[in-house]
Amino acid sequence: MSETSITRPQSRREWLLSDAPQTRRQARLGAIYQGWLTFRANKLAMFGLVILILLVFMAIFAPWLSPQSPFAQNLAGRLQPPSAEHWLGTDALGRDILSRLIHGSRITLFIVGTVALIAPIIGLFIGTVAGFAGGWVDQVLMRITDIFLAFPKLILALAFVAALGPSIGNAVLALALTAWPPYARLARAETLTIRHADYIAAARLQGAGPLRLLIRHIWPLCISSLIVRVALDMAGIILSAAGLGFLGLGAQPPMPEWGAMISDGRVYILDHWWVAAMPGLAIFIVSLAFNLLGDGLRDVLDPKGDKE
Amino acid sequence: MLTIDDLDVWFGYPPDRVDAVRNAAFSVAKGESFGLVGESGSGKSTILRAVAGLIDSWSGRIEVDGHPVHARRRDRAFYKTVQMVFQDPYASLHPRHSVDAVLSEALSLQGMDDIDRRIAKLLEDVGLGRGFRFRYPHQLSGGQRQRVAIARALAAEPRLLLLDEPTSALDVSVQAEILNLLTDLRAEHGLTYVMVSHDLAVVGHICDRLAVMQHGRIVEVMSVEALRKGAGEQEYTRHLIAASG
Repeated sequence: MSETSITRPQSRREWLLSDAPQTRRQARLGAIYQGWLTFRANKLAMFGLVILILLVFMAIFAPWLSPQSPFAQNLAGRLQPPSAEHWLGTDALGRDILSRLIHGSRITLFIVGTVALIAPIIGLFIGTVAGFAGGWVDQVLMRITDIFLAFPKLILALAFVAALGPSIGNAVLALALTAWPPYARLARAETLTIRHADYIAAARLQGAGPLRLLIRHIWPLCISSLIVRVALDMAGIILSAAGLGFLGLGAQPPMPEWGAMISDGRVYILDHWWVAAMPGLAIFIVSLAFNLLGDGLRDVLDPKGDKE
Repeated sequence: MLTIDDLDVWFGYPPDRVDAVRNAAFSVAKGESFGLVGESGSGKSTILRAVAGLIDSWSGRIEVDGHPVHARRRDRAFYKTVQMVFQDPYASLHPRHSVDAVLSEALSLQGMDDIDRRIAKLLEDVGLGRGFRFRYPHQLSGGQRQRVAIARALAAEPRLLLLDEPTSALDVSVQAEILNLLTDLRAEHGLTYVMVSHDLAVVGHICDRLAVMQHGRIVEVMSVEALRKGAGEQEYTRHLIAASG
């Protein structure tokens, strides 16, 4: 009827949502955009994402954002309540708590980022190999996983740190080494459900070897549920890191690690609540943000949630 | 093209061992289209999977193109000769791979060159336009998915195509389209078909000869003319023909 509708150039949105993409790139971007639309519909998840973006900004620009040095002591002004000068008060050595929190976000992100990178990768690898290979490989790998699962996580991390020596790097390593078994279990369960699928059989009939099946066919289906799980576990990882810090086995003074800051404030918790409460609040907000984000990611990524 | 002799297929180990196929024997000539019919659980799909190498617990003899196949390992030449189309097009395409990814992987695994041109040709062969190339399975209908699955099987340029109830998961109108496509492709590429179906009308449409199976045994091998006349030699065959009306 109207010629204009044919000649009118596609808007970017139409291009992305096209039912018949013309190029590989368009198809991929379209799929990502579709996911973004689903994610954006979840208001709480967006809220979590915004907080985390703010956290990343805070970590990057910490030296410019913080009003004072996180290490500058002022014993005359110790344990000051929140005021115009010190928005979140000062701690036992007169250090500005706000500045320490801002600088501490770097440490928190470092811990979370490293653990979130190492643990799921170990888990994915062990879980999918076990599930795909089956037989004695499966038995051996899963019994090792069971051994790790049988220990309480924090206690095992404590043992690692005790053996390796207390430092933030070792704390991260210990957390990563104790966090992978659930991912391995998850990845194995996913693998078991898909390894007999027809599309795996079809790829096998094309002559695809086990390595190719694992990496190109099985991993893409396991990764989405792992990402969701990681996002949901992130809060737990922050808390475990804070726990190690609290016990003095993670970050060492004077590093402004949030868990260690709570530990410092413990002595004064009755008379000077803000020393422990402020870092506690920070941990709470970031953990909550990760949980909300994980929830949103589940809507987008979890194949079982697919409507079609 | 395909000779099967004394084929036994089983699942599990004693005492839970289930014998799915017993003492099956038939042969399919080059260019022929052979049907395997029977009720569900009669072992017809199992034979197909054993031939394809997806089940390794079998004994007997399977010869493809005059060469006996190994029980567990199949070589490149085998995958270039034999391909399979699965029953459920909703389960036989990887949910995260686009049509392009599926076909280019199949082509590169088969050592083909000039992949872009071949993908266009394959899509054309199965009656899908270029617009389908970068779609994901969830953007396709059941019939379109089955066409993609057929294109994937054709990527190797095989000579023997194993069809495991390729239309049973589809709507009736789409079934006819896919059956016509299969008929055309066979004429065009000189393919040999072995098709499993419980639908005698489908087998009558596609096949030249067929084997009737019951409880893991081949009851009777007959021609399609005999099927049309309803002239089964065995009681069970006549019963099956009568039941399918």
